[in-house]
Amino acid sequence: MSQSKPLTLHVPEPTGRPGCKTDFTYLQLSDAGKVRRPPIDVLPSETADIASSLIRVLDDEGNAVGPWAEEVDSELLRFGMRTMMKTRIFDARMVIAQRQKKMSFYMTSLGEEAIGTAHSLALVDGDMCFPTYRQQSLLFAREAPMVEMICQLLSNEADPLKGRQLPVMYSVRRLGFFTISGNLATQFVQAVGWAMASAIKGDTKIASAWIGDGATAESDFNTALTFAHVYQAPVILNVVNNQWAISSFQGLAGGESVTFAARGVGSGIAALRVDGNDFLAVHAASKWAAERARNNLGPTLIEWVTYRAGPHSTSDDPGKYRPTDDWSYFPLGDPIARLRKHLTLLGLWSDEEHEATTKELEAEIIAAQKEAESSGTLANGRIPSAASMFEDVYKEMPEHLRQQRQQLGV
Amino acid sequence: MKNAVTAPMTMIQALRSAMDVMLERDNNVVVFGQDVGYFGGVFRCTDGLQAKYGRSRVFDAPISEGGIVGTAVGMAAYGLRPVVEIQFADYFYPASDQIVSEAARLRYRSAGEFTASMVIRMPCGGGIYGGQTHSQSPEAMFTHVCGLRTVMPSNPYDAKGLLIASIENDDPVIFLEPKRLYNGPFDGHHDQPVVPWSKHPMGEVPEGYYTVPLDKASVFRPGTELTVITYGTMVFVSEAAAKETGIDCEIIDLRTLWPLDLDTIVASVKKTGRCVVVHEATRTSGFGAELAALVQEHCFYELEAPIERVTGWDTPYPHAQEWAYFPGPDRVGAAFKRAMEA
Repeated sequence: MSQSKPLTLHVPEPTGRPGCKTDFTYLQLSDAGKVRRPPIDVLPSETADIASSLIRVLDDEGNAVGPWAEEVDSELLRFGMRTMMKTRIFDARMVIAQRQKKMSFYMTSLGEEAIGTAHSLALVDGDMCFPTYRQQSLLFAREAPMVEMICQLLSNEADPLKGRQLPVMYSVRRLGFFTISGNLATQFVQAVGWAMASAIKGDTKIASAWIGDGATAESDFNTALTFAHVYQAPVILNVVNNQWAISSFQGLAGGESVTFAARGVGSGIAALRVDGNDFLAVHAASKWAAERARNNLGPTLIEWVTYRAGPHSTSDDPGKYRPTDDWSYFPLGDPIARLRKHLTLLGLWSDEEHEATTKELEAEIIAAQKEAESSGTLANGRIPSAASMFEDVYKEMPEHLRQQRQQLGV
Repeated sequence: MKNAVTAPMTMIQALRSAMDVMLERDNNVVVFGQDVGYFGGVFRCTDGLQAKYGRSRVFDAPISEGGIVGTAVGMAAYGLRPVVEIQFADYFYPASDQIVSEAARLRYRSAGEFTASMVIRMPCGGGIYGGQTHSQSPEAMFTHVCGLRTVMPSNPYDAKGLLIASIENDDPVIFLEPKRLYNGPFDGHHDQPVVPWSKHPMGEVPEGYYTVPLDKASVFRPGTELTVITYGTMVFVSEAAAKETGIDCEIIDLRTLWPLDLDTIVASVKKTGRCVVVHEATRTSGFGAELAALVQEHCFYELEAPIERVTGWDTPYPHAQEWAYFPGPDRVGAAFKRAMEA
């Protein structure tokens, strides 16, 4: 090959742009029940095939099939169903509140509710999650008080973070939910460090790290994998591949013709690729990874394949860069609808109960919102004191901050 | 530390002793970084610590500054007290995001739920023919970050006491170690033989636990005519310049750059009426600018002369032109004279 034609730069593009239909055949899918379940002490290199297929339990009819189908307590399933519904209804309600200018900003997790919910139910008290801004389902699964969450969103007088943080950047230590940072991927490494600390102290707790498909391009993603592998840290490295990073298709993050799970294998980390809209698959894979970590068998990377059904945030209009009806064609459907079908099949759920639960949750969320608003909103100016702005920069307030506070006259 | 058992130590030995003391005292202290474990550090600062405390307390890390600092933040969130090393201050940049966006702000953004009690040790400074990436003084990169404490010792006694105090402190501390001072004081006279710390009174260091408070400057040399605000290697350069010019300088070794000991500075400048700020780092937006602004703000009516700054030039740190770049005693002394003549 001596002939040189002019080189061309390859810039990945999604198949679907506004006005046309996405060709989802790029997703490497497997049928439910088809992917094997390795022992938890599997060698990372022996998970290569799993990292390029898709673990699924629920088939199109709602049956749980294959080696990842486990006996799951029916109360856990019902709680999971309710938690996913709660997450979705809460999100919808908060978007309305944002539109009413009660809060400045919000980010929904529409379509991704199964991942945090089912994952959380596979962990135990004391484990620490290092979430992104789209894992609110972890909080709902841990029954975080909604009033407190809404107060954070409103930056009001009862905001546990004293108005310092943008809405949705929660911090709930007592529920194993690490303080959210606006800087992408930073938490992925920190989770590994937390897990290393647990190992250093001979503890039994594990860490759960979260990152989106787009943020895997940040250097901290690679760093986290290296450190997790080198020190065999007890951590679950979760990559939520919702196909989109704001307007950028996952191909632009490096997902074109390769899976994110494969990065794990390449780094010497056992990897699973899982249907993120399949509650049972999420729960089983999470339990597998947690057991592996807790038994000191090392880290696991899990790519959760899902779809960001909603706008990136309340500041985003997806109609400008992708088909408006894209979600309805996504082959893995809606996590709530799929678990509903399964539970109905088992006789654990009914249309009546679904209806009643929806109403009940709506009432609960409206009541929580009302209670939270009684402590003020950003809009009505009932916010934490300006004096508290100077606190917690350091453990003790240094002299220069004391003076600056005085200059402000507070 | 009166009556304490002391031993002659270099700054390297003093720093190692501080880590040894704290590893012994507090099970939550862990030490890691590149080449820090088995090998004992490229500057020997952690020599023998892994053998003494085991690989789970003192260990080698991959070459990833972001990973070293990022995992340390996670460990601190768990409740450990990591003392991590960046091999050269010139290489902290890949960890900037973890330092600025995370370690410095963890307490603030979580309203105290999570904290980053950790120390990041970094050998800094020039005067060793280190060229562009083994000589930098990036302290202004840290003093500008709210939530960080920035510390720089100038001698073995302070190095140990300040490092122990930094490890015990509940805020994240950037601990800058002038590697030019590792083996002995250096006054900028590169053509003269270097005197080891064993021949200097500050090389006598207590063997056990003691601290030097983080928010206190020391008056390194009392004087009446001119206040010199400096830190690190420049303390000794300023001392030589004072001696050579015959000007009765009061040399203040800041020790902690930020949050700093403003009272000691202001009391001195009010007494002398003249002020020279000396640092190795480049001039524009360097830490000296903050010092000059503070002195101007607090001592305006007492000042008899413009505040002088003697600093590195606004260029990357060169190799061959080391001594034209490094602010030596001649350049510092000339500034002292200008300040006295004004």
